[in-house]
Amino acid sequence: MTIQKDFQDRIGEDELLNCMRCGFCLPACPTYVETQDEVHSPRGRIALMKAVRDGDIHSYEEVEHSLEVCLGCRACEPACPAGVNYGHMLEEARAIFQENKEHSAKEKLTRKTVFEGMFPNQKRMEQATSLLGFYQRSGLQKTTRKLGFMKLFPRHMQQMERVLPKVPKKSGKRKAEAIFPAEGETKATVAMFRGCLMDTLFQETNRSTIKLLQKAGCEIVVPDSQNCCGALHGHSGEKSGSIDLAKKNIEAFEKVEADYIITNAGGCGAFLHDYKHLLKNDSEWSGRAQEFSDKIVDFTSILVKLKFHEEHSLNVDEQIVTYQDSCHLRNVQGVSLQPRQLILSTEGANYQEMKDADQCCGSAGIYNLTQPEMSMQILDHKMEKAKATNATTILTTNPGCLLQMKLGIEREGLTNEVRAMHLADFLLEAIEV
Amino acid sequence: MLPTDFIENLYEIVGESHVNHSESSRLAYSFDATPNFQAMPDIVVSPANAEEIQQIVRACNEYQVPIVPRGSGTNLAAGTTPTQGGLVLLFHRMNQILEIDEENLTATVQPGVITQTIIDAVEEKNLFYPPDPSSMKISTIGGNISENSGGLRGLKYGVTKDYILGLQIVLPNGDLINTGGKLAKDVAGYDLTKLYVGAEGTLGIVTEATLKLIPKPSSKKTLLAVYDSMERAAETVSAIISDRIIPATLEFIDQPTIRAVEDYAHVGLPTEAEAVLLIEQDGPEEVVLADMEKIELLCKEHGALQAQTAASEIEAEALRSARRTALSALARLSPTTILEDATVPRSEIAAMVRAINEIADKFNVRIATFGHAGDGNLHPTCTTDARDEDELERVEQAFEEIFAHAIKLGGTITGEHGVGEMKSPYLAWKVGEEGLAIMKTLKQSFDPNNIMNPRKMFAKETRKRIVL
Repeated sequence: MTIQKDFQDRIGEDELLNCMRCGFCLPACPTYVETQDEVHSPRGRIALMKAVRDGDIHSYEEVEHSLEVCLGCRACEPACPAGVNYGHMLEEARAIFQENKEHSAKEKLTRKTVFEGMFPNQKRMEQATSLLGFYQRSGLQKTTRKLGFMKLFPRHMQQMERVLPKVPKKSGKRKAEAIFPAEGETKATVAMFRGCLMDTLFQETNRSTIKLLQKAGCEIVVPDSQNCCGALHGHSGEKSGSIDLAKKNIEAFEKVEADYIITNAGGCGAFLHDYKHLLKNDSEWSGRAQEFSDKIVDFTSILVKLKFHEEHSLNVDEQIVTYQDSCHLRNVQGVSLQPRQLILSTEGANYQEMKDADQCCGSAGIYNLTQPEMSMQILDHKMEKAKATNATTILTTNPGCLLQMKLGIEREGLTNEVRAMHLADFLLEAIEV
Repeated sequence: MLPTDFIENLYEIVGESHVNHSESSRLAYSFDATPNFQAMPDIVVSPANAEEIQQIVRACNEYQVPIVPRGSGTNLAAGTTPTQGGLVLLFHRMNQILEIDEENLTATVQPGVITQTIIDAVEEKNLFYPPDPSSMKISTIGGNISENSGGLRGLKYGVTKDYILGLQIVLPNGDLINTGGKLAKDVAGYDLTKLYVGAEGTLGIVTEATLKLIPKPSSKKTLLAVYDSMERAAETVSAIISDRIIPATLEFIDQPTIRAVEDYAHVGLPTEAEAVLLIEQDGPEEVVLADMEKIELLCKEHGALQAQTAASEIEAEALRSARRTALSALARLSPTTILEDATVPRSEIAAMVRAINEIADKFNVRIATFGHAGDGNLHPTCTTDARDEDELERVEQAFEEIFAHAIKLGGTITGEHGVGEMKSPYLAWKVGEEGLAIMKTLKQSFDPNNIMNPRKMFAKETRKRIVL
């Protein structure tokens, strides 16, 4: 009965009881909207966690499955008048199941490779991305597509292969610690969190973000010893791995005198923002984590704060634009107006709000790999709403969402008519015309 | 626990994928929004239409399996908690708006449609379905009908029963009947439509409903009045009605509730106030303006420190939405939140508010009060902890006295949330033993095998709450 004991020790009864089962979270939950099954609702999952804790449930397989089907988008939290911290309980429950599980040797190796060997190691991430870049540039990609080799993979993987962004050729060795001066007067000194995906597949977007921040009056420091934020670990039940990464990142950024720590990936930002929760029981680290988390700001917030959109003229060719919220940016960091303010300040951008833009696109970190059917179902419904706006540009503020929306465009056969972009790239396009 | 051939029968009726009896599924349907009531059903079934429901009901009769019809589980009186086990019946596969008839001003809907969806759909055609329970974004029209749900607009427009013209019902014996119709007048025989509205699923299962619609009001204004005394706020309510003004909305919110709601919604509620009234009028613009002017004057005459009209519709909607989250927001204050909805004649609101506070002091429990003041429908809500047995006992005693006092003032034990199982010990207080006897006779006539949501309304012997 070690799982029940772990639930009793690590998931607060007060938090579970705080859920009064009013159901206000139900319309906000994408998996409940898709399944209409209470097992796949935040209210239902909380009831299941409580049942495990109280020993009222004995077969854990379905409980664990329900937790795995959860996107972790935390849309239920702003919808919850009782203030239940569902996201924290979810990750703790996943960690408990993970720690009590006997993985097959193959699965152990896979998880070790991914969670220890890949994401926390920027060099290996870069090597993996370089390989992808070579594959794209060398003609191998065209050959494999022509030969039909990709048909050996599931359809959504074939589609995903087609929407991966072109990997830029790596030029020169990166400076140990990059410093980018403000254009004109320095209004703020900020540190930049690179992100594992953002700094590999989406390097261009990181460069766009830096340029925008420079134009807004920021001096930007990019600490070299920073690491993956640990979100993928945290969301997959690898809690101790995420704690290690948190400590390394806190150390890296403590060396920098910065007013804010900037992110341009909603998923990473939310997890960094939650370091104070992750380390709250560690007496040595809890204060440092709090200080770190308090500095986390999304790039859109700092741009608006520094009046970037008022002091610079933003112009694009006439086009209909819509925006897909990053769940974690919206639901954890509370940022939803700032991206829209920046878009609405752009001349030529005809902004059309997507219905349910605040509802998850189905990306949710690596959810589209672990739960592909549900992810594609959510995405297909998302695309119905995106198409209803007639937008030719879909903007996001998170790499996972961006890939997912690109995938949605590919699945709808709209690749030649609609583009998906990170908002930073869009704004740079607007300011450089 | 259930016979294998019963389950096989269900597979044949609805298809195996729409029958669930795993431990997790049963657990996920073991509750509604009522604290301290939880019990495992034996099986969870999702029919596609009335014919399937007829077959399910016949099978349940044959095997003596209780049926609990469940919409979204937002019940506040344990009306959809499967306290006798049995089969939980879901309606998410019956969630279509079948017709909006603009000539007869009706909407015909299936029971699983979310109420907000109906409201949105008819408003697109400049029509109006007024009942607006706080749970309307979540609750189903089938659940609203079974509970005769009210809402913020009850004062001027009434409650769900005022908008149900016809029903299609599966009886406990599996027969299918249609009551009422798209008719402004119909006095052929007993009014079975009204009998089924608020029957809490004890007499049959609603499979379709014809709703009355009215034209959408062209104008609406929202006012927030601030008080340093709960009784002055309550007196204002009576004064407004006495002055022959019937606002669309007249909501009372006390200080603990103001604070909890503001903590969640951040709409700028005055957290130092003892009470606020949220007042709305709708209709033609000139009438709205005249009424609001009079209302504002009456508020100030009766001690309002401030009476401010919302500057925009966005601000007004924020206030309304904030009020609708009152109960759930109070859950922030303690692990267990127990609400009752005692109702009194509106002239007795001030007396009732005073009594609630005195009773809370007497039993040393914390009770916050909000509700539909214009209807006399208060929602005294106790913030407590179910793990503290002594406190819970005092909570029960406090609510008993509140019910008794409401009845003494000419009121009732429940204005809109229903008897369910939670209030069944008190039903006789309102309707008398003779009234209770005739209700039981009706139930027995309709449902001789007592399979239809058993022990709801009539579980007089139930006193303590049931915990899983």
